Amino acid sequence: MNRQKKKSTNGFRWERKHLLGIAELSTEELALLLDQAENFREVMDRPIPKVPALRGKTIVNLFCEPSTRTRTSFELAAKRLSADTLSIATSSSSFIKGESLKDTARNIEAMQIDMLIIRHSTPGAPKFLSECIKASVVNAGDGSHEHPTQALLDVFTIRRKLKKIVGLNVSIVGDIAHSRVAKSNIFALKKLGAEVTVCGPKTMMPSGIESLGVKVTYDLKEALKGADAVNVLRIQAERQNQTFFPGIREYARMFGITKEKLNKYAKKEILLLHPGPINRGVELSQDAADGEFSVILDQVTNGVAVRMAVLFLLSGIK
Amino acid sequence: MKILIKNGKVIDPAQKIFKQMDILVDNGKIEKVEKNISARSVEIIDAEGKLVTPGFIDMHTHLREPGDENKETVESGLRAAIKGGFTTVCAMPNTKPACDNAQQARYLFERAREIGTASVLPIGAMTKDRKGKEMSEMGDLKDAGVLAVSDDGDSVQDALLMRRVLEYASMLDLLAISHCEDKSLSEGGVMNEGKWSTVLGLLPIPGASESIIVDRDIRLSEIAGARIHIAHVSTRESVEIIRRAKKKGIHVTCEATPHHMTLTDESLGSYDTNLKVNPPLRSDDDVAAIKKGLKDGTIDVIATDHAPHLISEKEKEFDYAPFGMIGLETALALAAEALVEGGHLDWPGLIEKLTSNPAGILKISSGTLAPGSVADITVIDPEKEWVYEENKIVSLSRNSPFKMRKMKAMVTDVIAGGKIVLRDGELVEK
Repeated sequence: MNRQKKKSTNGFRWERKHLLGIAELSTEELALLLDQAENFREVMDRPIPKVPALRGKTIVNLFCEPSTRTRTSFELAAKRLSADTLSIATSSSSFIKGESLKDTARNIEAMQIDMLIIRHSTPGAPKFLSECIKASVVNAGDGSHEHPTQALLDVFTIRRKLKKIVGLNVSIVGDIAHSRVAKSNIFALKKLGAEVTVCGPKTMMPSGIESLGVKVTYDLKEALKGADAVNVLRIQAERQNQTFFPGIREYARMFGITKEKLNKYAKKEILLLHPGPINRGVELSQDAADGEFSVILDQVTNGVAVRMAVLFLLSGIK
Repeated sequence: MKILIKNGKVIDPAQKIFKQMDILVDNGKIEKVEKNISARSVEIIDAEGKLVTPGFIDMHTHLREPGDENKETVESGLRAAIKGGFTTVCAMPNTKPACDNAQQARYLFERAREIGTASVLPIGAMTKDRKGKEMSEMGDLKDAGVLAVSDDGDSVQDALLMRRVLEYASMLDLLAISHCEDKSLSEGGVMNEGKWSTVLGLLPIPGASESIIVDRDIRLSEIAGARIHIAHVSTRESVEIIRRAKKKGIHVTCEATPHHMTLTDESLGSYDTNLKVNPPLRSDDDVAAIKKGLKDGTIDVIATDHAPHLISEKEKEFDYAPFGMIGLETALALAAEALVEGGHLDWPGLIEKLTSNPAGILKISSGTLAPGSVADITVIDPEKEWVYEENKIVSLSRNSPFKMRKMKAMVTDVIAGGKIVLRDGELVEK
């Protein structure tokens, strides 16, 4: 890979140092990221799925919240680019000894790293770090704020399958209020010209969501009707000590997606996405999760390519 | 020592004075306020082109002593107050331990006397240790000189207890100051609920968590026959509830802070923890309602809610940083920008909310320039442009989102109890 590749066909150049969210990206930046991911997706199918692009760069995964998929995906993406990687999980870190996030990050940086990928339970933590350290910061999910690489891989997966984003109808179903995935998806899809509908219990619909240009419905039928893709969010068990809905049974009945509902209300070729991990039988039934509509495992594969693109582009400016 | 303030434009809202006059101070008191006073062997302050007003009274200050002396002390807090033109500050009781007893209130009076500059009026806690469970010994507090009680920061959640506190306080002629927040609605929240909390993913505090308790406490004070003062009003709904109550003749007063009239929740996009305050910064519409409330008299007082915190506490993830910003040194310039420049109030209208109105609510004799009054005087250069620089902050803490902001209107001189304590913008040390 050479620097030329960082330029898109229309001559647009990547200049951003951190990836903190989708909200701040331009349409050109999004397009360039997706095109770059396409190149890497192709690399992944080669007999030796590895390029030397980031040889000598050091990338640290700082995960202050549990994650398997995202952390593994970033780590693999970095390795496929020949970077040196290191993962730190909260349980083994110094946080329990009372060190602040700022001090932890500055200490890691003092070991001369190039990039820090952070997953944190509090919104704005990646932005805070980007102001504390000189290395590039990648947001791997911050509280209910954003999860930019998840949105990129979702959009990438839809674009690969349906060959476009402009004009598509995409529905997002579930706990919209606490979902960084929903937020980043809304920003990305709207910027790329899709129509977005959000659906879930009213108790899980954040105030002012309409101002982001989405349609709101509390009726799953409405969300499925005419949708080209539906992104189903995980219902987080840890929130159930607070009352957002009466119970799992009613949630599954009203908002859970089953093969039967898809057959009844949705287009025949609808795509079914889920950021994982799935609560089978809650937001997705077994037959829907593993059925012909599901692109859930494609999302995981594409996630590596998308994250390769992110790491590669961000490394460009120092 | 005699002091003569010459050629300034005197604003004394209590006497409805707004004209060019001189003020002679003698023996700690205001001797006379007249045109062209001449006197011998006096220290002269030339106030040409300046405004001369009563010393400001802040109804809402956190001095942090005792308990958090690394954030602020009575001494450092009073230095910040003087720099901002305040000669009296009401010290909120959320110290460690809480100011819920006579001894602690007496300690604050004594510290202020020792320092010998601005005055401190300790606000007593309404309930023991501010826990909202049992009434504090308000009779004792009253005897120690306390004029008002509050559980500031922790709104009393139990309506029956609040009713009894109001009844008991009114028996003692104590003002009840209420920080209005229904914690069951606001729990865990860190910013105003609305579009921006959704975009930023920060847990929301709905406006209703404030206005529900504003409404409750006004209704309870009506039953109790108490004097209630609503602290730091931040929402349109609260302003409207208070306006209606005042029309009905209920004895309610309220205050707004400079930050709630200058900043909105949109600014939190920076995730600057210095913008994390409680009540939170609200929407444009709320800010407009606050300004209107100040203009039509619904909001009586401008108070700072000066809340010092350590840099190390604020340099954290947004969720983990404490609520609060400092405000004594920036209050006048910010309020002048929002209200005078903004065309909502003239200078006397603004000064009233910093002097005679709080004095009237607290039932204290200061806040006026009437001859015979204590000589608490603030001199303002209304045209002076300045920048709020971090290294010039005199508070022990630095937690302000206004650092490096261009300001207009500056406090240049302050006389407290007849002594010059600020001269040409510089603190006069002992």
